[in-house]
Amino acid sequence: MKKNITIAFMILAFFTLQSTFFQKVTLGGIGPNLMIILTSSFGFMRGKKNGMLIGFFSGLLYDVFFGDALGFYALIYMYIGYMNGSFRKIFYPQDIKLPLILIAASNLAYCVVTYCLLFLLRGRFDIGFYFINIILPEIVYTLAITIVFYPIILRINKWFDQPAKRSDPKFV
Amino acid sequence: MSPVVKRKREKFTIQSKYLLLILTFLCIVVMGITFTTDYLGGSLSTVSGYVVVPFQRGVSSVGGWLSNRSEELAQLRVVLQENETLKKQVDELSIQITELQQEKYELNHLRELYELDEQYADYEKTGARIIGRDSGNWFHSFLIDKGTEDGIGIDMNVIAGNGLVGIITNAGPNWSRVTSIIHDNSNVSAMILATSDNLIVSGNLELMKSGVISFSQLVDSAGQVAPGDKIVTSHISNKYLPGILIGYISEIQTDSNNLTKSGNVTPAVDFEHLEEVLVIKKLKQQPE
Repeated sequence: MKKNITIAFMILAFFTLQSTFFQKVTLGGIGPNLMIILTSSFGFMRGKKNGMLIGFFSGLLYDVFFGDALGFYALIYMYIGYMNGSFRKIFYPQDIKLPLILIAASNLAYCVVTYCLLFLLRGRFDIGFYFINIILPEIVYTLAITIVFYPIILRINKWFDQPAKRSDPKFV
Repeated sequence: MSPVVKRKREKFTIQSKYLLLILTFLCIVVMGITFTTDYLGGSLSTVSGYVVVPFQRGVSSVGGWLSNRSEELAQLRVVLQENETLKKQVDELSIQITELQQEKYELNHLRELYELDEQYADYEKTGARIIGRDSGNWFHSFLIDKGTEDGIGIDMNVIAGNGLVGIITNAGPNWSRVTSIIHDNSNVSAMILATSDNLIVSGNLELMKSGVISFSQLVDSAGQVAPGDKIVTSHISNKYLPGILIGYISEIQTDSNNLTKSGNVTPAVDFEHLEEVLVIKKLKQQPE
């Protein structure tokens, strides 16, 4: 219960920050993608199911406010969360390289899918322009923000695991 | 303790891959529904509106304050330099003012001709504050802090200052989404003010980097349209009210078919620094 409420609050907080504060402090008009940080990091920290559900609800929230069809971004974020979940086995909290690589890869995947489905299909073929001006800055900015937010997410994840470890020695 | 834990674990028996399948299916069905019908998640947008909008209001005012301060600091140095050059300009400009005053009489006369002024004043308008912007970097839509409770509905036109900003595409009880004319898949039916030739103004992310959007399908057989001409919304659009200023032609060329012309439009509204907008409450097509 504690876990669910905290995660719901985090999704809300990240969505709010992303659509207000980080749209004011942009780099050349490009903002970071905080929802990817959240979805991806809970994916590889807590496994497929958690990542998938967090992605689903983050995407749904985005859909309600900005999407043209309800469920479109929910689907993309859900798959990103699920994919990240499969890296749980090789995740160690001390290592920062894997999270950075995974978050960058997730963001790239998100951008490429969005570009292909919403732009390429409408005949906007100049992929080089979109890559240099939108996808690359977004990934770089997201990674910079990850370095700030990742320790917080890591600590929250640790806090989720504490009571479970104490009460159930089988998992240790 | 262990029985409690066991019971808890029995509840979560769906394997994640099946859950993924179920949710995928759900998403596709909902996407299909929203595409084919007008349903835009009625109750969902109500609930999320009440949860998210208060946060957004607060944070966006803090963010706005911060960005204003940082801009002020950066501008201080520039302002000092500008001050000197501006003093020189003042002299030049005072000469120009006399010329302009003469032109003003002419302008007033023209305004009466087009009745643009009266048309704008006739519409009932309501002011709204922008509280959030599309957090993806692909599209230009934003949220305003008024919704159906304030009498705002889908398809109402949104203006700022003098020009067209966009159109309301989704409305919750206390928020609504404005899709701007620079949004990559927005198309507005427009006309040249001087010649009444029709054209289509489309948003374009690629061109927006250089501050313009594109227009196409202008039939200008007389060849009178030139850069600098005013573009306003046309009479034939079924969503946009006629006579709202969109922008000015900045570049024009003949298409390869030799019949139509296309080019770029500089929007009349500064979309980067938009803070407040006006929503026109009059709909072009009244619902039956």
